[in-house]
Amino acid sequence: MVHEAVNQADKESRSEAVAAAPVHVRNILEVKNLSAWYGNMMAVNNLTMSIHSRSITAIIGPSGCGKSTFIRCLNRMHEVSDGGRVEGKVLLDGKDLYARDVDPVEIRRRIGMVFQKPSVFPTMSIFDNVASGISLTRLWSRKRDLQDVVERSLKKAALWEEVKDKLNQSGGSLSGGQQQRLCIARAIAIAPEIILMDEPCSALDPISTLKIEELMLEIKKDYTVIIVTHNMQQAARVSDRTGFMLLGELIEYAPTKEVFTVPKDKRTEDYITGRFG
Amino acid sequence: MITQGAGYLRRKWSSRAMLILSGLGAGLCILILALILGYILFNGISYLNMDFLTQPAKPVGEAGGGMRDDIIGTFILVILGSAIALPVGLMAGVFLAEYGKPWAASAVRFAADILAGVPSIVVGVFAYAVLVRPMGSYSALSAGFALAIIMIPVVARTAEESMRLVPNSVREAALALGIPRWRAVVGVVIPGALTGIVTGIMLAVARIAGETAPLIFTALGSAFGYQGLDQPIGALPLQIYRYALSPYDDWQKQAWAAAFLLVIIVLGINIVVRLVSRRRRR
Repeated sequence: MVHEAVNQADKESRSEAVAAAPVHVRNILEVKNLSAWYGNMMAVNNLTMSIHSRSITAIIGPSGCGKSTFIRCLNRMHEVSDGGRVEGKVLLDGKDLYARDVDPVEIRRRIGMVFQKPSVFPTMSIFDNVASGISLTRLWSRKRDLQDVVERSLKKAALWEEVKDKLNQSGGSLSGGQQQRLCIARAIAIAPEIILMDEPCSALDPISTLKIEELMLEIKKDYTVIIVTHNMQQAARVSDRTGFMLLGELIEYAPTKEVFTVPKDKRTEDYITGRFG
Repeated sequence: MITQGAGYLRRKWSSRAMLILSGLGAGLCILILALILGYILFNGISYLNMDFLTQPAKPVGEAGGGMRDDIIGTFILVILGSAIALPVGLMAGVFLAEYGKPWAASAVRFAADILAGVPSIVVGVFAYAVLVRPMGSYSALSAGFALAIIMIPVVARTAEESMRLVPNSVREAALALGIPRWRAVVGVVIPGALTGIVTGIMLAVARIAGETAPLIFTALGSAFGYQGLDQPIGALPLQIYRYALSPYDDWQKQAWAAAFLLVIIVLGINIVVRLVSRRRRR
């Protein structure tokens, strides 16, 4: 409780500081009439929203409401799933990700992703895991050239101090929370503009969760973060704007404070007050 | 008080009978292997000496001589077969596990399973028809080709199975990093499946090292050692077959020694496989 209160106060002071500073907020991502299917089953229904740069956008909603599918559409990962199909537009700085001439591989380098379960590459060392996004897209790379990136990414992911003496050990030797931060470091290493997080804390204990949340607040200075979460408190703690999804539709999307204090839609209110979900 | 109905005794005894029968089956498995190994060891080891390993065969009537050329021949054929089968088998495995649409993959899988079940003598006849006849000569090459046909489905299926064991989340994580599909397969999935793939390759090698039937139509056997890939070549299983059927006591003994050596090679490969896959578990 104390932790939470401190964190909350910390977060508020920070968001005030951000609000006071003349930050240039722009719409980095514009989603227009996006629908997504698995085979014949519609998971996302005609969704439209804009994502602000250098901020944290949370997507909340009950299980199966399509929120994971939705963010998988934002870096063209949905089409990797069996039967995955997408209609509509997603504009990244005005350019449609789903245009015919766009290479999904290129998109995924600009829009990174962290998954629910820490997906460390089991055969690789900690170092190689962080470097993988770079080394596996070049034909050839020297370890020396990667050293800087690996160190910088691990520092940004607040993991450097814990692993700097065992970079050659297997990534699988880390704890769950460390593995998830390793995945974040790995995503940061390729210098994306946007980082998507699909319930990044749902498999972690409260302490690790706290660390990841602090990390999110830290990296939003440089990156745009979109997080899907089951956890409404988490959305309230870290995000600047919150979207509430239900049955594939975006019910409400507004600054986080408004969504949690004066929701406009009855269904949002019912959900955040715990009447269902 | 526990009441034991009339059915209790019947259930108890049928359970015991099952235990005994399955135990007998398991015991027979071990016994048969032990008998084969023991018999071959008993008959073969007395003739297995340095000469046997290092000397070429001698004509009938002359004492001594060994199977150097046939041992070398077996290694050449195994290498030749592997050189053809590994690229094809591994790529087919990658297709099955990574790229194939479900219907295409199941068609290829079905074909591979059928191919694995084709009797090896039929494979030999096939190699005879498509290579030996047109080339006008029995040859090491045609034998390697026949062995490769036997090896391909084994390698493809084991490679597929091992790659399937790599969790999908790992693949997705690689793709989400903007790693192209082929690099994700080569750099992440295959390393993750490597011990399984190596195990499959070794078992396939052990299998073809002992194949005899396809060699009768292709390698033929040679009394002059290695003469070139387009010429007949000797091999251990062939020599066992020939010497064991011969009327000469000396040759029959050599056949036993060769059988023993072949068993040792296959057993050795199996033990290495065990060690490799145990390292994976750790």
